[in-house]
Amino acid sequence: MIEIILDALIIGFKINLILLPLILAVAYTTFAERKLIGYMQLRLGPNRVGPKGWLQPIADVVKLLMKEIVIPSGSNKALFLIAPVLFIAPSFAAWAVIPFSAEMVLADINVGLLYILAMTSIAVYGVIIAGWASNSKYALLGSLRSASQIVSYEIAMGFALVAVLMASGSMNLGEIVKAQEGPFWHWYWIPLLPILVVFWVSGVAETNRAPFDLPEGESEIVAGFHVEYAGIGFALFFLAEYANMILISVLTALFFFGGWLNPFHGIPYLGSATEWVPGTIWLLLKAAWFLFMMIWLRATFPRYRYDQVMRLGWKVFIPVTVIWLIVLTFMIKAGVGPWFSGRGVL
Amino acid sequence: MSRMRQIFRSYLLTELFRGLRITWAHLWKRKVTVQYPEEKTPQSPRFRGIHALRRYPNGEERCIACKLCEAVCPAAAITIEAGPRESDGTRRTTRYEIDMFKCIYCGFCEESCPVDSIVETRVFDYHFEKRGDNILTKEQLLAIGDRYEAEIAEDRAKDAKYR
Repeated sequence: MIEIILDALIIGFKINLILLPLILAVAYTTFAERKLIGYMQLRLGPNRVGPKGWLQPIADVVKLLMKEIVIPSGSNKALFLIAPVLFIAPSFAAWAVIPFSAEMVLADINVGLLYILAMTSIAVYGVIIAGWASNSKYALLGSLRSASQIVSYEIAMGFALVAVLMASGSMNLGEIVKAQEGPFWHWYWIPLLPILVVFWVSGVAETNRAPFDLPEGESEIVAGFHVEYAGIGFALFFLAEYANMILISVLTALFFFGGWLNPFHGIPYLGSATEWVPGTIWLLLKAAWFLFMMIWLRATFPRYRYDQVMRLGWKVFIPVTVIWLIVLTFMIKAGVGPWFSGRGVL
Repeated sequence: MSRMRQIFRSYLLTELFRGLRITWAHLWKRKVTVQYPEEKTPQSPRFRGIHALRRYPNGEERCIACKLCEAVCPAAAITIEAGPRESDGTRRTTRYEIDMFKCIYCGFCEESCPVDSIVETRVFDYHFEKRGDNILTKEQLLAIGDRYEAEIAEDRAKDAKYR
């Protein structure tokens, strides 16, 4: 009995060790986003709260927490209140299987890949329920858009992950990284380059980020599915969106860029000079780059029209992944390069 | 052939990369933000901000209640009532009010004024705290004029040769 309680305490401690930095990272991702987009538009971005604006996210959080929770009349009260929780829970839960280094992983399960897919897909229920329970036409339209978009891109994403699975021969995220052992040209981004692009763009679409932010679509449906949410409810949606962004960035680093592996491993001098850097730092650096890419994309591209989003998902990404799966099969069979020599499931 | 080239281009994402390069270059450029309360953009001497009623250097108010400004005002923001002043019987305004919610800051009142009495100052950052504060009375307008007289006179002098 004591042991069970002790185990639960340790697991709880580990969960906090992942989630608290994550929430802090989310807060400062919003700050980085506002700063970077500002800079790309030749503005300064927020620079008033605290030195150089560094306390801006704290001020935002305090503001959101102190705001009144408005429940629209005619809304389904219970569902309205539970929707943000349904949205944020999966985006936190997905972090359980992320290996931060060779040893640091909360749940080292064999079907990590499937678990990630399940968690990123299940978040759509939060969006649908939020849109429906709000009793608002804009929210409903936003949630419909979100649902069809997430479902469409889930397929391309799933296919992309099949390629990763074929290449590494494992569904365990730690094993996937270990299969890429070696310097940066040993990682899967070279043989899986089209898959990387598909996965990355699908990831951007999955998180409802620009240029795929049609569920929010400020210009035509105000703020989409969370139009009726204020204060903490809105904060939860916001938090989940940014947690998903970070998750997709980390996943891209894990699947295609060797996760915690040192990019210079095995290179004379450079390799031995960077050997002391802990793996977690490498992973976070790689993820930070992809996070920056997401913000960069948002600052650059205008929003897609809805039929374009659907066309890209169904008529471009799915064929591209299927074709590359076939190419990949031959590459694995032939044992191409440093990636598939003696590995692969076929 | 052009179709092939188009397919090639779209799958290599060349246009997207070109867009990304532009935003990347902008990331490092000099920022153009004017940090408002500390920094301000330059203003023309003809700037049309909040109104003021001016006085002559001897302290006599300029306005002679000709009501040209009231007549020319396209937004009908100016209300004037006139009558002889009690002390010396000269024709003066007994009431001179501008509704700042109606005013469109066109500057016609200033242009129509034969004695340079009603003017628009450079002050643009003002606010009202109560309902009804938007109607500036004669006393308030004269007070604004007294406060900014130096600046107003200087701006009129700069603009004089073009009028």
